[in-house]
Amino acid sequence: MTSIMEPSGVPAGYEAWGDDQHARVGFFTDTSVCIGCKACEVACKEWNLIPADGQDFLAQSYDNTGELNSETWRHVAFIEQEKPLRADDGAVGLRWLMESDVCKHCTHAACLDVCPTGSLFRTEFGTVVVQEDICNGCGYCVPACPFGVIDKRDMKSTANMGHQPDLPSFLGKKEDGRVWKCTLCYDRLKGGHEPACAKACPTKSIQFGPLDELRERADQRLEKLQDEGWNGAQLYLRDPDDGIGGAGAFFLLLDDPEVYGLPPDPVVTTAFLGQMWTNMAAAAAALAVGVVGGFVFGGRK
Amino acid sequence: MTDARSYYGRPVVKEPTWTWEIPVYFFTGGMGGASSVLGLSAKLFGNEKLSRTALYIGAASDAVSAPLLISDLGRPERFHHMLRVFKVTSPMNIGAWILTVAGGASNTAAALELLGILKPVKLLAELVASVFGPPLATYTGVLLADTAIPVWHEARHELPWLFGASGAAAAGAAASLFLDPDEAGPARRLAVGAGAAELTLMQVMEQRLGETGEVYKREEAGKAGRAAKALTAAGVAVLATRGKGSRGAQALGGALVCAGSMCMRWSVYKAGFQSARDPKYVVKPQRERARREGTKASTMPGESRGAADRGT
Ligand code: SF4
Ligand code: SF4
Repeated sequence: MTSIMEPSGVPAGYEAWGDDQHARVGFFTDTSVCIGCKACEVACKEWNLIPADGQDFLAQSYDNTGELNSETWRHVAFIEQEKPLRADDGAVGLRWLMESDVCKHCTHAACLDVCPTGSLFRTEFGTVVVQEDICNGCGYCVPACPFGVIDKRDMKSTANMGHQPDLPSFLGKKEDGRVWKCTLCYDRLKGGHEPACAKACPTKSIQFGPLDELRERADQRLEKLQDEGWNGAQLYLRDPDDGIGGAGAFFLLLDDPEVYGLPPDPVVTTAFLGQMWTNMAAAAAALAVGVVGGFVFGGRK
Repeated sequence: MTDARSYYGRPVVKEPTWTWEIPVYFFTGGMGGASSVLGLSAKLFGNEKLSRTALYIGAASDAVSAPLLISDLGRPERFHHMLRVFKVTSPMNIGAWILTVAGGASNTAAALELLGILKPVKLLAELVASVFGPPLATYTGVLLADTAIPVWHEARHELPWLFGASGAAAAGAAASLFLDPDEAGPARRLAVGAGAAELTLMQVMEQRLGETGEVYKREEAGKAGRAAKALTAAGVAVLATRGKGSRGAQALGGALVCAGSMCMRWSVYKAGFQSARDPKYVVKPQRERARREGTKASTMPGESRGAADRGT
């Protein structure tokens, strides 16, 4: 599956970096060792200076963040299940699944494809990043992402350390108005450091590195869990043949993706764009013919 | 099958952040784009009055479209960033270019018409506006379809046609508002034909969407959709049966068809929010497809080494 203008398996724009191109990096998030400490959530917010967005008690296990959005770029999901941990356990047990979710840095990234300003771009590391000085807050990327990751920030821009002046009040319905998401710590990568969440993770549930190494490591880990008889173990978005061309940030899950709030078979929407443009051209032509038809049949007045 | 599983019933995809300006723009852009074609056609067929009326309607619709879009932006002062690139993978980018060219041309033509100068330039501007008019009226369907919102994405076959029909109906109806019946024949026929097409396409879309389309029966999308059908059907009926005989009836029919077109846009717009809100619309079809075609997103134990061989 390719989105238009993208050769399969290679993120569009990645190779344009030429000599500056760096090995594609990403995350392998192994949820089987996650302990739900949320160190990643905290480290991300601190390093990236993400404004506070209030405290809610959601009554959804230990999850009080709820979702990935403009103020949450790492989100730990908690699922309480009546299901045995091992596939061969006859007795029904209780298990507690935890997963640290993040932007997938898709190979075929819908957010990047649809962005009309070129604000979203492919970095030399193969990741997907918003240029905040370009984004005009059109919001197209928000419903385009098949994972509901990227989101518009509607808070006061003064939370942005005063770097951005407040808008005049007649334009002030949205006070930051741009979109935000995980940058895979672009600034840290440039300095040769690993992303803040991976650094903070005490169990190596979040592993950072070159993508091909991570994929190998994940394959071995999946085999090991299979040998040990874990129930439901699967790799998610590891395969370059999936609907988004494989993710830069992929996961080892212990149940189906939808249980964690992830789509079970996402396909980048722009994979169908060529078809849509053709269809539109036909509709546009039909419109013109229809208008002229009103004159041809029935006269000019 | 059982209902789709989810994470505490939370949405998988995000609701759009767009506000009321967007569906109103779908209406004005559709009407504006189709009016430009109507205007030039009328000129070529020798109906000067209709031509001028449609020209002004097209120019006015295009002129209000841009501020509507800018007002929806999170950073309105950066609206021109839309035109810093040309990007065919972004329907919004292409749309911004189309609106710039079509709107620039239609307003140039209208201004020259008002001033009564530079006839050849005016004709050229009208030509440009009518070439870019139909794309302006139809690309908005692609804009919505090119998202992860199920009720929009799965309607990618119908949306450009539906929006095109609705724009054409509104253009014909708007011109009928301002003209005597003996000058508005082609506009009336356009409103009747395109209005009927709009009604049919709405029905076809909802039918073909199946369970995904059930949002069109509920909440605001349902209400606006029912209003759209009633208003358009009434308008078409009035125009077809009484429009020729009375100026009042023709104006009434035109107003009804325009209102129906606006309600249709509102219904489609709201359906997107409803579709994003309930995770089952995302999860269920994807899970069924994965079952049918073998899951692609998940690599199950035993499959991983084969996948590793395929390289990065
Ligand atoms: S997960 Fe969403 S926000 Fe992240 S790269 Fe993919 S499409 Fe973009
Ligand atoms: S909101 Fe910003 S990043 Fe998203 S598509 Fe629009 S300009 Fe691009």
